[in-house]
Amino acid sequence: MTTVGPPPAGERQLTGQPYRVVGQSPAHHDFVDKVKGALLYAADWRLPGMLHGRIVRSQLPSARITGIDVSAARALPGVVAVLTAADVPSNSIVEMASGGLAELEVSMPVLATDRVRYLGEPVALVAAVTQQIAAEAAELVSVDYEELPGVFDAESARADGAPRVHEVGNTLVSWQIRCGDAAAALAAADVVVEGEYRSQHVEHAYLEPEAGVGWMENGVLTLRVSTQVIEHAVTIARILQVPQSKVRVIAAYMGGGFGGKEDMTVEPYLALLVWHTRRPVRMIWDRQESLTGSTKRHPFIMRYRTGATSDGTLTAQQVEILGDAGAYPNLSPRVLFAAAACACGPYRVPNASITSSAMFTNNVPSSAFRGFGAMQIVLGYESQMDELAARLRISRTELRERNFLAKGDLLPSGERVGTCVEVGPTMHRALALLGEPPPPSGPGKVTGRGIGCNRHPYGRAIWFRDKAAAWLSLQADGTLLIRCGVTDLGAGQAASLCQIAAEVLGAPLDDISIYIGDSALNPPAGGTFATRQLYMSGNAVLQAARELRDRMAPVAADLLGVPPGELEFAAGRVRPAGAGDAPAGAGGAPDGGDGGGVSVTLAELAAACEQRSISTAHLSTWRGEAGSFDPRTGQGDTFPDYTYGTHAADVEVDTETGQVRVLRYAACHDVGRAINPMRVEGQIQGGAMQGLGYALTEDMGIDDGYVQAGLFANYLIPNAQDFPDVLVGIIESGEGKGPLGARGIGEPPIGNVAATIASAIQDAIGVRPAQLPMTPERVLALIDMRAT
Amino acid sequence: MTRRRLVLSVNGGDHEVWVLPSDTLLDVLHDELGLADVRYGCGEGVCGTCTVLLDGEPVNGCLILAVQAAGQKITTLRGLMGPGETLHPLQECFLRRGASQCGFCTPGMVLTALDLVRRRGRPSRDEIRYALVGNLCRCTGYTKILDAVEEYAGQAAEAAPAEVRS
Repeated sequence: MTTVGPPPAGERQLTGQPYRVVGQSPAHHDFVDKVKGALLYAADWRLPGMLHGRIVRSQLPSARITGIDVSAARALPGVVAVLTAADVPSNSIVEMASGGLAELEVSMPVLATDRVRYLGEPVALVAAVTQQIAAEAAELVSVDYEELPGVFDAESARADGAPRVHEVGNTLVSWQIRCGDAAAALAAADVVVEGEYRSQHVEHAYLEPEAGVGWMENGVLTLRVSTQVIEHAVTIARILQVPQSKVRVIAAYMGGGFGGKEDMTVEPYLALLVWHTRRPVRMIWDRQESLTGSTKRHPFIMRYRTGATSDGTLTAQQVEILGDAGAYPNLSPRVLFAAAACACGPYRVPNASITSSAMFTNNVPSSAFRGFGAMQIVLGYESQMDELAARLRISRTELRERNFLAKGDLLPSGERVGTCVEVGPTMHRALALLGEPPPPSGPGKVTGRGIGCNRHPYGRAIWFRDKAAAWLSLQADGTLLIRCGVTDLGAGQAASLCQIAAEVLGAPLDDISIYIGDSALNPPAGGTFATRQLYMSGNAVLQAARELRDRMAPVAADLLGVPPGELEFAAGRVRPAGAGDAPAGAGGAPDGGDGGGVSVTLAELAAACEQRSISTAHLSTWRGEAGSFDPRTGQGDTFPDYTYGTHAADVEVDTETGQVRVLRYAACHDVGRAINPMRVEGQIQGGAMQGLGYALTEDMGIDDGYVQAGLFANYLIPNAQDFPDVLVGIIESGEGKGPLGARGIGEPPIGNVAATIASAIQDAIGVRPAQLPMTPERVLALIDMRAT
Repeated sequence: MTRRRLVLSVNGGDHEVWVLPSDTLLDVLHDELGLADVRYGCGEGVCGTCTVLLDGEPVNGCLILAVQAAGQKITTLRGLMGPGETLHPLQECFLRRGASQCGFCTPGMVLTALDLVRRRGRPSRDEIRYALVGNLCRCTGYTKILDAVEEYAGQAAEAAPAEVRS
């Protein structure tokens, strides 16, 4: 059972009006460059006189710095600069990731001054004429430490008398979401199940390590880096104490990011080295440096109690979530908020009490990683559903169907579900894709089938009042320019915007060029994270394209002698609606061409607009929904909307070794509308595969602050042989808040996987795994537990 | 350490470079010759983003020294293209099947897969999986990469049915 090529026509549930470009899967120019090997990533720039930068990092997880000696490093021939904290104009980054709604105010130094709080914390910087000299010089920087006691897990960090990572305390944030009376409802429930579930530190492991090149140009510090967020230019200006207009960040197309390039990586260090040396500087993190020093996925401890009536109707849920934030705040307040907002999954829970806390530890900081808290907790709520189904002897699918949310239902935060909830259809589709369960392959083997449903937000937390802007320009020759500050992770963020503009304005895709990710030249679109770019920039481009079309339509109508409302923009031309159809995506249509008659070309339209002093360039800002959340009452608005889906898997467990083999895997999500079905499939397949690594093999193994998986060889991301093909079902309900009814799909498909595999293992061996990753040792221990 | 002169044969042309004995082939191809399709990903020979063909065989450019490549024909992804940057049929398959997302692994994937198809004619899907274990991809989940290689192998087998299979 393999999916070969695009899905058959019957695979996609098409709704709504036919589109010409949206719903097709054309390859965009960036993908052409990628298969040619011609795309220039962040490390691929070289400038005259360019230096090489290197970070000196802390060798201890918790220590006082008693002295730094840089004299030997400075004396090495070829070294141009060695910088320490004293060289940083403003050595403090205060993130306040929830916008100051609920978290402690804690500052992170750019370079450590007198204290290091995690292994790998930057202490000094070196710039040298070659990469090798920079590395040698970094070794020569001598740092004296006095070791201090540390705290290395969220539970210990909460204990009385635990060493304080920061003076203000170890609890960075503690969110509450409450509705009804969970304690009373649990006491009155016919049945109560409970469980504790734990997850691990996980590395993004994008194949392109953190990298960038910086230089001075016209007095502006310019960085071209691998980043999801060009808006960090503001923070860099603050660090250097220069006006924001003097810092420009350009985002190269990324070699993957997955949230790991959402915080700054090389930016502040490159900026300081360029600022001090006034020369171009390149910085590339070693893979090993990236493994140790880059942010990780939060390990969670999740405690659930769930009450239901005897027919399986959920009545109450108590949830406590503890996240290991590591040494600094980064984006932990938002991650733990997303966990709280999604803690009850895609189910109606009338009485809920949810607490979600981020704890400081002396581990490497945790921050954004595809799924962003809403991902870890799927294991919690789906484990509870399976336990409840087992206790009540109701099938797992039936129990879920009795409790699925529907449009108009209240979430625990008190807000109503605003769009349709097609999670049931995704469940049936995913199971259908698996087919008949396979038999065990031999003695000592048992098979099992699992499912996992999820509800995942797209768009930022609603109190940020999100916005995105785009600028479109129809050029004199009829081609189209798009400028939009969006950054591109490789998921086709830029390409999707081209498809949307092509749909509205009729410019052939080959005639569209898009300029992205430049804080100086392109309208701000916000970063690429939170599954927000199709929703935000997609809507911005759709709005800009519609407004531009509406402005030019009267001119075209005048030329064609028809009312402006009866025009069709397609295949590079404008014609009266229904006056003939050029093939979708074709270059220039063969008909007409003389400017009169049945149609005009976009070039002719541009010329006619110019004659009438009507601009063919247009800037538009789209604003997402706004709302507010009250952290004291635990009630209010959380996210604009959600994407729902279900995964299903067949596994085989070797009862002698505990080895779990995934035999078949299927994933189905309601994406509202698939702008580019092939890329939607790619997101789902890639997300599921990352989820399989998270479920079964990946673990940074951070032990007392020391990273065990310090080599790429020891950090086991899935290879081509580890797991089967991911079978994909796409549901298009047509009812999302993105452009043309789309929902976001970047993060959602990683969420279901661990729960799905745990469900399948439980089905096979009769015991529910509760700790990730589900290694052979852990699965064997469960089998032994069952035997005794 | 002193630099020494070296002539590397890359994508059909000879290039004179001055290298340190410790320079890896990756360093020289990427930084000296400006070949952006040979990429640093891990420096451990684990991820395969620096894959090149050395006399037709895939190797990790981070694991061999530049001086060791002297006298051998080095092919990078760009060397597969025809005049005017015409895509190789395997590149066409990658494009058509959506086998690239971020694209960082693509050159290594294509080169390793090409070697497999040249050696095995029409490999099974499992043989493709086995051949690609040294080329990691974090974006696609591999399914579309396998689809692309399978499609190309099918085309190649039909185009040259009599090709010897070892």
